[in-house]
Amino acid sequence: MTVMDHRDQSDPAVVPGWLPGATAPRTDPAPLLPDAEPFRVLGTPAADKADPGLLRELYRRLVAGRRYNQQATTLTKQGRLAVYPASTGQEACQVAAALALRADDWMFPSYRDTLAVVARGVDPLQALTLLRGSAHTGYDPRATRTAPLCTPLATQVPHAVGLAHAARLAGDDTVALALLGDGGTSEGDFHEGLNFAAVLHAPVVFLVQNNGYAISVPLTRQSAAPTLAHKAVGYGIPGRLVDGNDAAAVHQVLTEAVERARTGGGPTLVEALTYRVEAHTNADDATRYRHAEEVTAWQAHDPIRLLEDALRERGLLDEQLVAEAADEAEAMAARMRAEFHADPDLDPMSLFAHVYAEPTQQLREQAAQLAAELAAEAEVHAR
Amino acid sequence: MTTATREQSGLRTGTMAQALNAALRDAMRADKSVHVLGEDVGALGGVFRITDGLTAEFGADRCLDTPLAEAGILGTAVGMAMYGLRPVVEMQFDAFAYPAMEQLVSHVAKMRNRTAGKLPLPITVRVPYGGGIGGVEHHSDASEAYYAHTPGLHVVTPATVADAYGLLREAIASDDPVVFLEPKRLYWGKAEWDPAAGVEPIGKAVLRRPGTSAVLVTYGPSLPVCLEAAEAAKAEGWDLAVLDLRSLVPFDEATACEVVRSLGRAVVVHEASGFGGAGAEIAARLTEKCFHHLAAPVLRVTGFDIPYPPPMLEHHHLPGVDRILDAVARLQWEE
Repeated sequence: MTVMDHRDQSDPAVVPGWLPGATAPRTDPAPLLPDAEPFRVLGTPAADKADPGLLRELYRRLVAGRRYNQQATTLTKQGRLAVYPASTGQEACQVAAALALRADDWMFPSYRDTLAVVARGVDPLQALTLLRGSAHTGYDPRATRTAPLCTPLATQVPHAVGLAHAARLAGDDTVALALLGDGGTSEGDFHEGLNFAAVLHAPVVFLVQNNGYAISVPLTRQSAAPTLAHKAVGYGIPGRLVDGNDAAAVHQVLTEAVERARTGGGPTLVEALTYRVEAHTNADDATRYRHAEEVTAWQAHDPIRLLEDALRERGLLDEQLVAEAADEAEAMAARMRAEFHADPDLDPMSLFAHVYAEPTQQLREQAAQLAAELAAEAEVHAR
Repeated sequence: MTTATREQSGLRTGTMAQALNAALRDAMRADKSVHVLGEDVGALGGVFRITDGLTAEFGADRCLDTPLAEAGILGTAVGMAMYGLRPVVEMQFDAFAYPAMEQLVSHVAKMRNRTAGKLPLPITVRVPYGGGIGGVEHHSDASEAYYAHTPGLHVVTPATVADAYGLLREAIASDDPVVFLEPKRLYWGKAEWDPAAGVEPIGKAVLRRPGTSAVLVTYGPSLPVCLEAAEAAKAEGWDLAVLDLRSLVPFDEATACEVVRSLGRAVVVHEASGFGGAGAEIAARLTEKCFHHLAAPVLRVTGFDIPYPPPMLEHHHLPGVDRILDAVARLQWEE
C-alpha cells in the first residue's frame, strides 16, 4: 500500500477518462468551484454564534498585529530596518493563518508575512532579521516549524507541497500552509506546486492574500481568471473565496481547509480578498499608481474595525479587553524599539560558516583573507 | 565510503548506466530516507534506464513518477528534504534542467546558508549531460559552469564506471546538495569494477595516466578523449599525463597544482564552451598558483562558443584528439 494508491498511475487497469468512449470528466468540477460571494462571518447572522473567546483572541492579536506593523514601519524610517513590506490591512489573514495551524504544522511564509510568523510565536527580533539586514533567517525553521521568509515569489509553494508529502509518507498528520500574494499566482512555481499537491494528494493549504497589487500592478493586469480561487479547479482541488478582512471568516475557512488536509482530504486553495493599505515597502510610492480614495474606501472595511463592530454588537468589547489589547500591543512595540535600537553583534567570519558542511580549500583561503583584512583594520583602529 | 552489501561485492563487468542503477538501488536499500523522483523514473526506469527496477523493488512512494515540471520536482524535493528525507532528483536531460534553476540557485544552494546551518538540504540532482550521442537540440548541453558558479552546490561528474557507483553513493550520503552530472556518452561503455573496492572521495582528483611531458586536466565526458589523445601523442614524442578532476566543486587545487608544477605544461580540456567556462577558472588558478613552474601558458581546449550544433555537425564542435594535440604542440616546446 503506497500513498500514491489514490490514483495509482502504475496500474494499467485504471482507465483514464479520455480513452475512446469516455465522456465524463475525471473529476466533477462543480464541488471544487468557489462560492460566488466571499465567505463572511462578521456582520452576518453567523457572527452571533461565533465563539466569544475566539473573537476576543482575534481582536487582541489584530490590535497587536497593527501595532507591530506600525512599529516596524517606524523602525524602517529610523534606519533600523533595511526595508519593511507592511501587512497593514492584512492583519486578519496574518493572524488567522497562524491560529489555524497546530504547533507541529509547518508554515511557509513570504516576505510580507512576518506578522504571521510572529503570531506563530517567533520572537519579532528573530522574525525581522531578514528585513533588518542582519541575517537571512533569524529563527530555527525546524524548531519553529516555520520555513525561512521567501523572497522569490511562489518558490515556497512546492516546498510546502514536498514537506506535506513527506509528512504523509511518514504517517504524520502534519499539515503545511503556504502563504503568498496575488502576484505570486502568476508564477510558474505556483502552478507547478498546486499541480504536484493535487497529484500527490498532499496535506497542504495555499492561502493567497489578494491585496490588490503586485507592487504597482493591479490584479486586472495580473490575471483574467474569474477569481484566483477558480484556479484551483484546473488542478482538481477545491478553491475557496473568503473576505480576507473578516478575521473570523478567514480563521474558519483556513481551519476547515487545514482539517480537511489533516484528515486525508487533500489540498485546498484559499483566496482571501484584502487590501495592502501601505505601499509595497517603505521604498515604494503608491501615489504613482493608485488613488487615495481607494485606500480610504478600504479603510472603512478595516479588519480591526469589522471585529470591533461585531464584538460591540455582542457586548463583548468591554473596557478591559480594549485596555488589555492596547497594553499587550504597546509592550511588544516597546520591546521592539529597545531591541532594534541596539546594534546587532555580527561576526564577519560567519560568512564562511554555512556555505557547505565542510568549507572547501578555496573558502578556507578566502576566510583567511578576510581574517587578515579584519586584523589590519583592527590595527589601524588601535593606532 | 562504499557501503555495498555482501552480495554486491566482487569484480564484475558492467556499464556506467548499470553502475549508477546499482548505486541508487544500494543507497535505497541502505537508507529508507533515500527517495528518487523525476520524470519517467517509475515503470519506464528513466529514459536512460538509470532508475530501472527501483519502483518494482521499493514502490511508487520511494521512486516517484512526477508531473512534468522540473521546478516542481526540485521544489518538492526541497520540502521533502526539510522533513528529513534524502531526495535524489532526476532531470531528464541537461537542457531540461533549466526550469529548475531558480529552485536550485535560490533555495537548494542557499538553504544551509540562509538558515545558519539549521536546514541543510541533502539533495542529489542527477543530470545526464553533454553531447556526442547524436541528440537533437536541447539534449546535449554541457551545463557544468552554471552549477559550478553557484556557491553552496557540489558539482560532481564521474568518468569511469567505478566512479559512477562510488561518487553517486557518496553524493547521496552527503548532507550538502550535489549536482551529479552524468556524461551521457559514457553511459554504455563497459568496464570491470568492484562496488566494494571503493573510490577516492568527492573533491579528490585522480591521475588516470602518468606522464612526463605535460598534463591534460579534464573531467567527465572528455576523459576518454584525453586518454586517447595521450596515446596518440606518443607518436609525436610526448608522454602526456591525464588528470581526472571528478568534481569541479570542490576543485582539487592541491593535486592539480602538484602535477602542473612537476610537469610545467598543462592543457585544460572540456566540451563546454570556453568563454566563462570551468576551464577558464581552472587555467587561471593553475597560472596564479604555479606561475614560476610553468614553461608555457596553461591552454584550454573546449567546445566553441556556439549554441550546441545539430547532431550531424557536433563532431566539429566537440574537442577531439587532433584539437588536443594541436594545443599540446603550442606549449612552447622549442624554448
